[in-house]
Amino acid sequence: MKTAFGSRVLETACRLLVPFMVLFAVYVVIHGHDSPGGGFQGGVILAAAVILLRLVRGEETALGLGPRSALVLSCLGPAVYAGIGLLAMVWGGNFLDYGALPLPIKPAEVRAMGTLGIEVGITMGVTGVIVSIFDVLSRDEEGDQSRGT
Amino acid sequence: MRKGTSRVGPDLVGHLHYWFSTTLFLIGLYGMLAGPHLVRKLMAMNVMQVGVITFFIAMSAKSGATAPIAIEHGPPLVAEAYINPLPHAMMLTAIVVSVSTTGVALALLIRIHRRYGTLEESELLDRLKE
Amino acid sequence: MTSHLPILIVVIPLVAAIMTPLVARMNVRAAQVLDTGVCLTVFLCATTALLRVLDTGPWHYELGGWAPPWGIEYVIDPLSAGMAMLVSFVATLVSIYADAQRRQLPEGRSGLFDSLFLLLVAGLLGIVVAGDMFNLYVFLEVASLAAYGLLSTGGTRAVVATFRYLLLGTIAASFYLLGVGYLYAMTGTLNMADLTTHVPTIVGTAPFGVAVTFIVLGLAIKMAVFPLHAWQPDAYAYAPAAVTGFMAAVMSKVSAYALFRILYFVLRAEGAAAQIISVMGWVAIAGAVAGSVMALAQTDVRRMLAYSSVSQMGFILFGFSLLNPDALTGALLHIVNHAVMKGCLFLAVGVIVWRTRAVTVNGFSGMSQRLPWTSAVFTLAALSMIGLPPTAGFFSKWYLLRGAVDASAWAFVATLVFSSLLSAVYFFRLIERMYFFTPSDEGVRRARLFEVPIGMLGPVVTLGAAVLLLGLLSHPIVVTVVRAALPEL
Repeated sequence: MKTAFGSRVLETACRLLVPFMVLFAVYVVIHGHDSPGGGFQGGVILAAAVILLRLVRGEETALGLGPRSALVLSCLGPAVYAGIGLLAMVWGGNFLDYGALPLPIKPAEVRAMGTLGIEVGITMGVTGVIVSIFDVLSRDEEGDQSRGT
Repeated sequence: MRKGTSRVGPDLVGHLHYWFSTTLFLIGLYGMLAGPHLVRKLMAMNVMQVGVITFFIAMSAKSGATAPIAIEHGPPLVAEAYINPLPHAMMLTAIVVSVSTTGVALALLIRIHRRYGTLEESELLDRLKE
Repeated sequence: MTSHLPILIVVIPLVAAIMTPLVARMNVRAAQVLDTGVCLTVFLCATTALLRVLDTGPWHYELGGWAPPWGIEYVIDPLSAGMAMLVSFVATLVSIYADAQRRQLPEGRSGLFDSLFLLLVAGLLGIVVAGDMFNLYVFLEVASLAAYGLLSTGGTRAVVATFRYLLLGTIAASFYLLGVGYLYAMTGTLNMADLTTHVPTIVGTAPFGVAVTFIVLGLAIKMAVFPLHAWQPDAYAYAPAAVTGFMAAVMSKVSAYALFRILYFVLRAEGAAAQIISVMGWVAIAGAVAGSVMALAQTDVRRMLAYSSVSQMGFILFGFSLLNPDALTGALLHIVNHAVMKGCLFLAVGVIVWRTRAVTVNGFSGMSQRLPWTSAVFTLAALSMIGLPPTAGFFSKWYLLRGAVDASAWAFVATLVFSSLLSAVYFFRLIERMYFFTPSDEGVRRARLFEVPIGMLGPVVTLGAAVLLLGLLSHPIVVTVVRAALPEL
């Protein structure tokens, strides 16, 4: 992304829109277990905010998420997911048995918190992946022809 | 093997959603096999997957029932009052799978287009022979 | 941690697949070591699991502590443990072998190659241990998506072939999912063990027949069974050798495993399933002959091997279609043996292509002087494909033959012999060129002990040794593992 689409109108609209997008993304993630939403949807909204900023400003990095960190994030997200699953095994449960996590709250709430942790992992992963896809698609055509037939 | 033509009418209506999803599936399948353009094949693939998804969703439809979330002042806690969430959960997964497949396919198509300059199947076959 | 082995078999490669790009960013070499280490760990896990289930019977693992049939369940029995061992064994060798492939990738991409490879391994292992029908679908797609990515690394022709494969693979997956949907609509369960108890109540109905047809059709495309094999030759011919070697060895075999699991363990080969099994037999005969005939017509060695896979798949399918223990033993043994021999052949051809750029049958002239070790191993694996004792291929064909004679399936006895003769023709054509012709181009290079990097030759030789060992040890393997893996008929 080298050229910005930005004009004053876009810049202002974007400045107004992005905080609400991020807030809405967080809302969608947190309420994923009892209303439509969850990590996938929230992650996509978050990624949309990042991509909107990039398009308008023409910068490589928006909200602290550049091409490299997006790839790292897309790896870390699933790692959080798997990490919580494996953590449950440390406390004697089966894989992904959040009930086994030793948190000082009611068992049902422990499960809810475990699910939330998983959702956060998914959100990170989805945000990273969507932004990476955007990066790959918007990159100049370099290094692709070198490996012909 | 059912007999008697009188059954056809109500059966047809009662099974309308099966007809719908099967038709979608077949349209998609035909488009994938006979489409002259690779992007059309890809779109047909999505139609086919939607056919499968509607099949599952229609299967779990239940009139007068709601999403299975136990809340205060909600419907009574009996199975009749709630929809079976499993097909929905499965189809969410299937949608994710279908989106990923589409993504991979589009990436492949971009590379094909960059190399051969066409996605028209007949032209592509000609250029492959060169 | 041993109580968590069933899940660890899947989760270890999955987590490693996610972590590899990060590790590769710091150190490419470390990522490759991690790759191989993970495959080896999984192999050890699978071996431990096999020893335990042979001792104590099937091993059920509930994900998240939710009891089946509501929760997701992973099941390890001798059959799935054996398949997991096979997959991880070949994966370990291929991950070592893939070094040369990684070097051809652009800077910074080799981590992604490793990541996709581990994802493919995780998907295949997931299919093997999955205890419910929908999980099997998800892992089937995980494996397929990773495979599309890997296959497309072989250049633009490979990309076109991959796109075809993607379309057909998606049709296959949709058919499978639709079949599962029919079964779910009738029984309300996805758990394989639970489904088995419901089968007698639905076995006579029309939707049951439709469901079985869809599932078999879907898996048959993934297996590249004869009339549905069109994606395979192109995909295998243009992809990097390591990818082709791995996929030809285990990917279609894992689909065959899934078919076997569903037809015999879940549906108990009853009603419509039994009818489809008998139809499968005739399809298998057609495939065994047609595959060999088409292999004979190829000039590209990799396409020849791909068509030979089509014909061998016919043998496996036929073993499934005869409902007697000998034929099933033969089919299961042939899954293992064919995976090892075909993996060995493709990797050996990969070495030859990498060293000499020869891909046609004529180009193989005098290869024994240029690459003596590779040629020797190739010849060994080829003899095994033909079915000469004491190599592995002989024993599985022997069991298949015994099963066919028991069932008085004379058409298949004839097919087996005829197709083996044809394979003898096309393999001896190659072997003759390799040993008795003078090299067609450039002077004979001096044969050295380490003709190619040890990282490439090692896996090829190991697989060659495995071909011999599987042959010599076939009796103990059949008695201890394969017999335990057979369904109760």
